[in-house]
Amino acid sequence: MKLSEIKEKLQLKTVYENEKYLELKVKTACGADLMSDVLAFTDAKTMLITGLTNPQVIRTAEMIGIKIIIFVRGKNPVEDTIKLAEENNISLYKTEKPMFETCGVLYNLGIKPEKMVKIE
Amino acid sequence: MKRKKIIDNEIVRRDFASGGEVSSRLKKLLRKLGVDKQDIRRTSIITYELEMNLIIHSEGGRLKAFVTPESISIISKDKGPGIENIDKAFEPGYSTATDEIREMGFGAGMGLNNVKRFSDKLEVESEVGQYTKLKAIINLNQ
Repeated sequence: MKLSEIKEKLQLKTVYENEKYLELKVKTACGADLMSDVLAFTDAKTMLITGLTNPQVIRTAEMIGIKIIIFVRGKNPVEDTIKLAEENNISLYKTEKPMFETCGVLYNLGIKPEKMVKIE
Repeated sequence: MKRKKIIDNEIVRRDFASGGEVSSRLKKLLRKLGVDKQDIRRTSIITYELEMNLIIHSEGGRLKAFVTPESISIISKDKGPGIENIDKAFEPGYSTATDEIREMGFGAGMGLNNVKRFSDKLEVESEVGQYTKLKAIINLNQ
């Protein structure tokens, strides 16, 4: 599903947007509040749903090529987070919905979960 | 085999504001060198976990990266406090991070696991009260 459609369905508020990504087809996403869990995924990722708003979220996203971040529970990212997102071309959105509901809506729209590498 | 040092930086304890800067720079350097995308990704995850570990857990240390045409090695060496039980430190979910660190999204007890799983070879040395040294090797896909 195109990001522009996801934006509409979830009624996302824009924090910082790279317009080029609006046409991007989002197939999978991951929801996490722990950065090491985000890094544990191996598939190429596009979208992260998180309740964390510090600049480390952007660094984490940058490391694995996440292009879109949705902040849940109505949280506002601090200025440093937005600045770093701009530098790294990562689009930021926010929703008042909690994590569970946000992920549920996305799942219903056909967005699939990311595969995680099994820990031995 | 020619080995070239491309990163050599001091990492300061609890300097969260700079957390990830070195990893970010390495990622850009590797991109310029034309390294394979998946290899850059693996290297970035390893470097970032090691950099954050230095900030969160160590008294400070250095992070270095070397490249050869065949591989990348990432070396993290700190000034302590050392790891008492290395096996335990590698147990998924085990962490000594404080609540304050966890609130920032770290301390999931997955960091060293991620380093191990994305490395082709990992050497760990540690002495309590002295240092911890990790060397991760990533073989390049050519």
